[in-house]
Amino acid sequence: MEAAMGLMRRIPPKHTETALSALLSLLPHHSSDLLSQVDQPLKVLCDMESGKEFILCEYNRDADSYRSPWSNKYHPPLEDAPQPSPELRKLEVEANEVFAIYRDQYYEGGISSVYMWEDENEGFVACFLIKKDGSKSGHGRRGYLQEGAWDAIHVIEVGPEEEGIAQYCLTSTVMLTLTTDNESSGSFNLSGSIRRQMSMKLSVSDGHLCNMGKMIEEMEGKLRNSLDQVYFGKTKEMVCTLRPPAELVTLPDS
Amino acid sequence: MLEEEEDSLESETELTDEQKIEIAKWFLLNSPAGEIQYVAKDVRAILKDENVYRKAAEEAFPSYNKSHLICLELPNRSGDVLVTSFGEVDKDEYLDPRTAQVAIVDHVKQACKEVRPARDEELPSAFVEEYRSAMDAEIMKYVSEAYPKGICSVYCTKGKDVEDPGSDFELVVVISAARHSPQNFCNGSWRSIWNIEFKDEIQSVEVRGKMQVGAHYFEEGNVQLDAQHECKDTTLIQSPDDSAISLVNIIRHHETEYLASLQVVTLFLHHPPPFLSHHLTLPLFPLFYHFSIKSPLLLFCPKLLIALLLADILLEIA
Repeated sequence: MEAAMGLMRRIPPKHTETALSALLSLLPHHSSDLLSQVDQPLKVLCDMESGKEFILCEYNRDADSYRSPWSNKYHPPLEDAPQPSPELRKLEVEANEVFAIYRDQYYEGGISSVYMWEDENEGFVACFLIKKDGSKSGHGRRGYLQEGAWDAIHVIEVGPEEEGIAQYCLTSTVMLTLTTDNESSGSFNLSGSIRRQMSMKLSVSDGHLCNMGKMIEEMEGKLRNSLDQVYFGKTKEMVCTLRPPAELVTLPDS
Repeated sequence: MLEEEEDSLESETELTDEQKIEIAKWFLLNSPAGEIQYVAKDVRAILKDENVYRKAAEEAFPSYNKSHLICLELPNRSGDVLVTSFGEVDKDEYLDPRTAQVAIVDHVKQACKEVRPARDEELPSAFVEEYRSAMDAEIMKYVSEAYPKGICSVYCTKGKDVEDPGSDFELVVVISAARHSPQNFCNGSWRSIWNIEFKDEIQSVEVRGKMQVGAHYFEEGNVQLDAQHECKDTTLIQSPDDSAISLVNIIRHHETEYLASLQVVTLFLHHPPPFLSHHLTLPLFPLFYHFSIKSPLLLFCPKLLIALLLADILLEIA
């Protein structure tokens, strides 16, 4: 398993899906570990009942069906599939509404979904997902790329409430892919993912949703800065180490 | 129930050795620059089958080494040899045209075992060699100026037996620069290949270049840059020395221009123009207002920049 995760850190991110299916066939015993630990590009289905799109992930999957956060139904339909408790479902509905607004404000488009489920320790887990397609076929309001995709996955484990305080553990992953291709500068692909974690003990007096929302907003700000540093800073630094730009090199008369 | 499911999954997907070899090769061939040994270690641990691993490694390493233009130190301290398809004499034998030696390499260990002097038939004619060595001397000067750790080589790939003016021949210039710093969690490589065709009938030299730049950053993530560009140019056939000078000028020009275009992309993305950053940080409160009672997110400070905007800028400059 350790070796498998090692490979996933090295294989080009654009091949993540192929690499994962290769690992699944080599290590069938670890299939559930692999599926939960390897982040894949997010996929989308349309909820026929509400006409809205929702995001697919391990957390709303049962067998080959996925639960829509809008209608709470599995697509394709599945009998006896797990559902969150009515109380948690209420929070989930609210989270989806609020998060859709948050997403529209910051991302100007895109798709979002929130899933919640009870865990074994009397707390619950919430997964906030955002997908924005910046490609020609996507809904970029500010132009588009040959290919461009932003997938964000935030998983928050909320511990049981003790004396009005709960522990929140957030693990966030952002997968970003940018591709351009043209005559003058050739093909250019930057893709990858970064992951960060954050833990907080917060008073639940403002409600779980408020606490989770604040953490996600702060985390997205940090992730965005990291992406900026890594995607553009580090790669530029590397290219300049390999072949420093002309002004740093004394060129002979030419 | 879970066990049952896994058992059935296993019997369904029992792989043959051939399939395992193919998968292992796929992982090895997709290793980022300078990382195939690490990938090999993980692949080996996953396969738990030495025979399968060895077969996959034997097939994958030679292609990886050639496509990554890896550089190996010659055992007699006479320099380095590049492993490329242009200098390939035999599966394990690679010509170093500068020292007229052939290196015998161990692909999987990525090391040079021994060297032998090149045989006459492996080397170009005196006429072509004059062009090749003039080109080599000029390109070495350029590479030592432009690349802190660049290695280059010039091969004759067509018409190496041409004795006098009047026939066509082709040289290939290969430049390879790699940087591995696992302690900083990043690796990168620059590879360029220039095909130079001397066409006697039209007295011109046709130049085709392919540049490839890769970078891998893997601290708390996995981010990779993969950029490539192809270009063409022509010049007139001149004396070996003059040809070399004008050809190296062409190469320098295109490589500098390509680097600049990469700089534009990354610089621009790193520092969006002021009007855009201003636009991005406009407060977003008005729309939250309607949600005020229900939405705790109203409390959020909208300090986050709009996520994909930077990416969108790429298109405008592309």
